[in-house]
Amino acid sequence: MKKIRIVRQHQPLKWGYIFIFFIALGLSLGIGAILLSLQGKPPLKGIALLFQGAFGAGYAIEDSLIKAVPIFLCSLGVALSFRLQMWNIGAEGQYALGAIGATCMALNFPQLPWFVLLPLMFLAASVCGGIWGLIPALLKLKINVNEIIVTLMLNYIGILFLEYLVYGPWKDPTSFGFPITPEFSPQAIVGTIPGTRLNWGIIFCVLIGVVMTVFFRYTRLGYELKVCGENLRAARYARMPYAFLIIMVMVVSGALAGSAGFLEVSANLNRLQTSVMAGYGYTAIVVAWLARLNPLYIGIASFLLAGLRVGVENLQLEMGIPAAFGAILEGLILLSVLAGGFFREYKLVIREKS
Amino acid sequence: MNLDLILALLAATIQSGTPILYATLGEIITEKAGILNLGVEGIMLIGALAGFLVSQSFGSPVLGFILGGLCGAFFAGIHGCICLIFQGNQVVSGLALTILGTGLAYFLGTPFIGQSAPGFSKLVIPVLSHLPVIGPVFFNHDILVYISYILPVVILIFLNKTRWGLRLRAVGEYPQAALAAGVKVILYRWIGVLLGGFLVGLGGAYLSLAYTHLWTNGLTSGRGWIAVALVIFAFWHPLRAILGAYLFGGIMAFQLRVQALGTNLPSSILLMLPYAMTIIVLSLSYRKGHLSEAPASLGTNIEPEE
Repeated sequence: MKKIRIVRQHQPLKWGYIFIFFIALGLSLGIGAILLSLQGKPPLKGIALLFQGAFGAGYAIEDSLIKAVPIFLCSLGVALSFRLQMWNIGAEGQYALGAIGATCMALNFPQLPWFVLLPLMFLAASVCGGIWGLIPALLKLKINVNEIIVTLMLNYIGILFLEYLVYGPWKDPTSFGFPITPEFSPQAIVGTIPGTRLNWGIIFCVLIGVVMTVFFRYTRLGYELKVCGENLRAARYARMPYAFLIIMVMVVSGALAGSAGFLEVSANLNRLQTSVMAGYGYTAIVVAWLARLNPLYIGIASFLLAGLRVGVENLQLEMGIPAAFGAILEGLILLSVLAGGFFREYKLVIREKS
Repeated sequence: MNLDLILALLAATIQSGTPILYATLGEIITEKAGILNLGVEGIMLIGALAGFLVSQSFGSPVLGFILGGLCGAFFAGIHGCICLIFQGNQVVSGLALTILGTGLAYFLGTPFIGQSAPGFSKLVIPVLSHLPVIGPVFFNHDILVYISYILPVVILIFLNKTRWGLRLRAVGEYPQAALAAGVKVILYRWIGVLLGGFLVGLGGAYLSLAYTHLWTNGLTSGRGWIAVALVIFAFWHPLRAILGAYLFGGIMAFQLRVQALGTNLPSSILLMLPYAMTIIVLSLSYRKGHLSEAPASLGTNIEPEE
């Protein structure tokens, strides 16, 4: 009789992760194709449309890059908190607060010159997002309330607050009842890089990404973060500033998501409206985990998952597939990568049972 | 406010709290076995959609309800596979399950938006419903509500008095000790995940079959997450879950009524109530320091044997 045994590998496979990722991607697309055919749509054509829409042409890649900006910023923040085992699921709400903060400045000080107004909007967005991250951090530290629940509930509250503002006090009186704010003044708009449709936010992303990488690799605080995240008890024993780290991580996390909200209203929508909430905050969690919390990989994964979103839009346009198809694929990819992680650390050995 | 209005509000509280109660009880069982399943919101949606579709196609809400629960169990089984076989991170797996479940419910449910399905109708209990106050509040509902009155007691007895229940709890507290005592640890964790998923699925099916009778997108509107929070609020105790579920049922019912009455308060602000209350209630319950009630090995995987 044969018996399968599970054995821990001495060294995790180094190249294995990329391999696993592509298998996971293939598996998820396969299940997606089955779902398409269940709906009576040609599956192969669907997958082709998905890729074509995402990366098939120059403008498609541009679209994917534009969408990658908010995902990248939110995900960087999420990854930062995950490193400390703070399960911050609140990027969505922090992003909403950022959009609100930026809009508040844009609507109240439209006449300021751009080099004053834009930093002001950025600051307001970061502060608002940061506060939304600070609340769960303080509750966790002071009375040990579960941060998963608090950040999640704050998402709902933030989104509802945004809705309240655009349906109520901030609604444009000339919008024929549509829930949108007046358009921002030209000074409140982040411009595009000449010759492209990409806004300057993408440069900001690159800068922040480099800063984060340096922070993790070369600073003491970054090292402490790593130690605390990996072994909390050892970190406490070594008197690492756990409370300070939690607060810092959550505030920076919120500020990053907030800045994503600022870029989205300022550069892409030019006003605040409910469609600003596109679920980037949740996609950011998928991205952070796929990228194993590494800033560079987060960049790549953001681009891929942003491409998935753009591709699904193409699919929606051409075949009438609901946009939720993208969420299905995201969930499937994450689940299969989670399952695949097993094969990095363990191997199956088949032995004759004696 | 006159008495009739208050009674109607209390009755609505029970009805609105029932799906939350099912989901909370399900998650309590799962967490007692040591598995943290954050997929409740997704599982509820799947249960709601499955229940709705089955009831619509076969004309039987009972069948829909049961299959809603079974689909919930099946869906929770994905989480079981990730955590119990593949040693995946329980937090992330649960989140992935919610993302997948929400996506699937939107994707498959979109063609049915606004359509109705045969649901459960009221089953007035002969004598009890004539009792003053208690009658109209507690005994003027559908049968699923009455089941939910008994369920917490059944679960309490199961967890504390039966051999299976005690083993399930042991597996959530000290899996190594349970293993040494000859308990099939993985089996009992599976039971926790599947049974819990079944109850969460029932909670979802309640929403589409008894609460609304029609399909809309985002039917659960965060109830699954509130259920996860209520497990902590209830200190993993089935009877305290009743209190929490009706508290939130009350807030949701109140918020709906106030909106219907047409106040000056904007609906978005009212809708915030349950979510803000969740944070406040959780903070208050943490103050009492009952955290030690949590299953000791909640959220940690069992290493496969070498």
